[in-house]
Amino acid sequence: MHESVLVYRRFRYLKWAVTLTVVSLLAYIFHSPAEPANGGTWLGYTLGTIGVGLIVWLAWFGIRKRSYANPEIKLEDWLSAHVYLGLSLIFVATLHTGFQFGWNVHTLAYVLMMLVIVSGAFGLYAYVRYPKLMTENRRGVSLDAMIVEMAEIDRETRELGAKLTDEIRDLVFDAVENTRIGGSVRRQLESGRSGRTVAAIARIREIIPLPSREQTEDGRRLISLLTRKNELVLRARNDVMYKAMMDIWLYVHVPLTFALLASLIAHVIAVFFYW
Amino acid sequence: MADKFKVAIVGSGPAGMSAAGRAAESGVSHVLLEKADHLSDTIYKYQKGKFVMATPEVLPLRSPMSFQAGIREDILRTWDEQTAGHKANVRFKNEVTAIKGQKGKFELTVLGGPAVEAEYVVLCIGLQGNLRKVECAGADRPWVQYQLDDPDAYSDETIIVIGAGDAAIENAVALARQNKVIVVNRRDEFARAKQGNLNLITEAIDKGVIECFYNSEPKEIGDNFIVLTTADGEAKVECNRVIARLGADPPRRFVESCGIKFPSKDRAALPELSGSYESNVPGLYILGALGGYPLIKQAMNQGYEVVEFIEGRPVKPADEPLLEAKFANINAGVDETLQRIRQNVPLLSSLTTLQLREFMIDSTVHTPPRGDVIFARNDYTNSLYSIVQGKVGIQVNPTNPAEMIELGQGQFFGEMGLISGRRRTATIVAASDDCVLIETPRRSMIKLVNSVAAVKKVLDQTAMGRQIQTQLAPEVPTAELQEVVETAKIESHPAGTVLFNEGDQGDAIYLIRRGSVTVSRAIAGRNLVLSYVPAGNYVGEMALLSRAPRSATIKTAVATEVVKLDGAAFTKVLDKHPSLREKLENKYEQRMVENVRMEEAPESGGLIEFLVAQGVGEATDVLLIDESLCVRCDNCEKACAETHGGTSRLDREAGPTFASIHVPTSCRHCEHPHCMADCPADAIHRAPNGEVFIDDKCIGCGNCERNCPYQVIHMAAKPPAKPGLLQWLLFGAGPGPGEDLGAKKVKSDSPKLAVKCDMCKDLAAGPACVRACPTGAAIRVNPEQFFAMTIRG
Repeated sequence: MHESVLVYRRFRYLKWAVTLTVVSLLAYIFHSPAEPANGGTWLGYTLGTIGVGLIVWLAWFGIRKRSYANPEIKLEDWLSAHVYLGLSLIFVATLHTGFQFGWNVHTLAYVLMMLVIVSGAFGLYAYVRYPKLMTENRRGVSLDAMIVEMAEIDRETRELGAKLTDEIRDLVFDAVENTRIGGSVRRQLESGRSGRTVAAIARIREIIPLPSREQTEDGRRLISLLTRKNELVLRARNDVMYKAMMDIWLYVHVPLTFALLASLIAHVIAVFFYW
Repeated sequence: MADKFKVAIVGSGPAGMSAAGRAAESGVSHVLLEKADHLSDTIYKYQKGKFVMATPEVLPLRSPMSFQAGIREDILRTWDEQTAGHKANVRFKNEVTAIKGQKGKFELTVLGGPAVEAEYVVLCIGLQGNLRKVECAGADRPWVQYQLDDPDAYSDETIIVIGAGDAAIENAVALARQNKVIVVNRRDEFARAKQGNLNLITEAIDKGVIECFYNSEPKEIGDNFIVLTTADGEAKVECNRVIARLGADPPRRFVESCGIKFPSKDRAALPELSGSYESNVPGLYILGALGGYPLIKQAMNQGYEVVEFIEGRPVKPADEPLLEAKFANINAGVDETLQRIRQNVPLLSSLTTLQLREFMIDSTVHTPPRGDVIFARNDYTNSLYSIVQGKVGIQVNPTNPAEMIELGQGQFFGEMGLISGRRRTATIVAASDDCVLIETPRRSMIKLVNSVAAVKKVLDQTAMGRQIQTQLAPEVPTAELQEVVETAKIESHPAGTVLFNEGDQGDAIYLIRRGSVTVSRAIAGRNLVLSYVPAGNYVGEMALLSRAPRSATIKTAVATEVVKLDGAAFTKVLDKHPSLREKLENKYEQRMVENVRMEEAPESGGLIEFLVAQGVGEATDVLLIDESLCVRCDNCEKACAETHGGTSRLDREAGPTFASIHVPTSCRHCEHPHCMADCPADAIHRAPNGEVFIDDKCIGCGNCERNCPYQVIHMAAKPPAKPGLLQWLLFGAGPGPGEDLGAKKVKSDSPKLAVKCDMCKDLAAGPACVRACPTGAAIRVNPEQFFAMTIRG
């Protein structure tokens, strides 16, 4: 009943994209212009027009996505087409260039377009890969719930730490104070356990047994709490990372799209007025 | 020497006050006797600021006093002013203790004032009666009180609330905001309370906000303490105040002492009244709640009318024009039509004239031409139709519309939808030219079923017989099913009840008429759910056919009603009708194959079990998110907010997950919506396609929010409007589509009203959340279909 973007309507848009690609390739192969292949032949113009049309239409997705009340839109339909037709643009635009590249505004538009496509391809990869990992990582517990549990463990470990030696107290406080979940972009994209907590656990294990049996028991309990905390840290950081991976590419994809549109306008104007 | 008047009015509620106003207005000598020192004691005792409804909305008000929905204070002030304005003769603190005599000369004994002699007496003392008092030493101390005007007037006190009814709970919860509250409950649960209040008090007790002594009673009230007798002995509790809400003794004994007769000993019985509200004692009239009319507007109209009757001016009831308009398409007078309805429709014959009038105001009269479709199979309407005249045809076979069973005058149809809360099972067409049908909405029907026992009985019996025939044995003539129907029983079970266990002996067949059940079997020490069976199907036929012990366990998924058929009686029918036996055997084999397949795929059974545990069994349409596709973009929530005035009705992240199927917090459009059960404004409805929605009559009382077991309704103020897409895109005017309003949201000063998912019933393309999902992770499905597909794999 659930149907992913890739298989949507039995690969309808994959079929469209393959058709477009194959037709473009065949046309390119059988086309033999007087001059070397370039954007100025009739095929070059045709492919260029298709390419511009596709780019504008693909960028229009941003508007479509926000047209919530429009009854004609099923966003999955649009995304499926966006993905496949966007990928076919690699062929259409490359053939349009006739492999003539240089240090100019025309090649800039091409490079920007390829970067948009590559970032989009990464987005697709992220959308296919991370949802499942995220679900498995969460095991039915939300990030908020994990943070609540961590805070509870923090409180308990501080209390236990304060009851034991000064060194242990400082270790625990240090580990609690310096363990972060999320934060800067870099932090969001990294995962792993808390190094300070790992160190604290190792050090406490060295120190015990403590003088009294009761203290030793508390120490052991502290170790198990810190270990539990660190597993939660790992899971929470993973969660943040997966979410960041699914979000970050859009911060590249969208601005580059605007840059592409601007350079595309420059390219088209330049071609028509100054060639 | 007694004071003499033409009319003595006892009680100054809406009815009495309106009657006194009308008498004063038309110059009739009268007196209004009120035992309290203010008008309308019942409404006076409402909680401060309580919103008073003016239902039924369509009924016009006919009274010298005005009345419209509003808060208690405004209404009482208006009445005070208008009573004074009309110069009505009111005597406060005059309690009538006895009424003797007959028409022309009644003698009223009055406590607190001079005796009164009157030609006519109008009794409108309501049902509130005398408040029950705490019966223990010290109960007369001044800090023991029996009502609570303004809970916010008390703070930082320890307050004991005695009682377990709605009033006690409402007081306790309101007081707990600023005080320490201890509830004393005579029993071990709050059985008498409305579901919404029950949820409130249980939650407050669980969270420790309110303390509760169960199985306890007050023994002694001292200076600043109360002694309780509890199950574990006596307990002394220090406190500043005691509020006892123990209900009231009905005024029946007093009424009977005036010579008025009641038709039965039943506590809920009402005195018999004529069409002009006169009791069996000539000259003695009964109005308002005491006569069975609890609504303010009705009572006020009666107050006006009774003065007209006494003055010998015949007056049509206030609802007459409404009924005239309703009956306009059948060209007959109101009285004549009501008489005909009562004669022709046995279901309604036990109603009094006044009840029937009220019933008809809620209903619609249809006169469809022959061949017109009354409702179609799979429609989601749930009204009940009665045939006053003519015939209708039930299309029993969806593939062949010509195959019809006819129903004639006096019968009713549509009860299956009413009982099961599901889609219509068959199409009904008008089968004669002179059809006159009454369509009654679900709410009015439920009210009637709950208040008139005879209606419930007729409805249940007929529905049961029909269900047995249509769902189990359509080929068997009705006469041959008689024994089966006579031995059948309707049983209702709460969610989680086992109807029978695997290995049990028994040959009864269970027809599910409301709710749903799961079929499970113990495999390798684990209980494996094999299938989900919704209303309109049967279980238990396997044991009957195989004559072996039960092969699986049947457990109710939600609150369920079943018709239990006697195995022996049914076997006799089977022996006579081999084709029926064959049909059942086919079903048996099909189930066996399905069960074996499910045993091979235990994870599907796990999914069904999980969803049933989430209450999906009572859903008609549920939002399910496949988390292996969901990219957590929250576009579903944004789309919901953008298409519904800025507030999302779904919470994607909240809610449980099983094997990557996530059930977000979003309305499931239950078969019998919990939210609808107690909506004072009648603002929650089911649309023909099944959507349960709240209309703009919502008054923001929050009952639905409390009654919803799935937390999908919340109270929200309308946020301010946002700039358009282009403004945002080109000029950076924020927040943009789908973006949060942030702090601005809080500033809204519009009132908080209930909001919930309406499945985007006004958008032709369907739910915005599903359409806005870019990856196909969100779907809305009918659980039945979903389960069927899960089982088929």
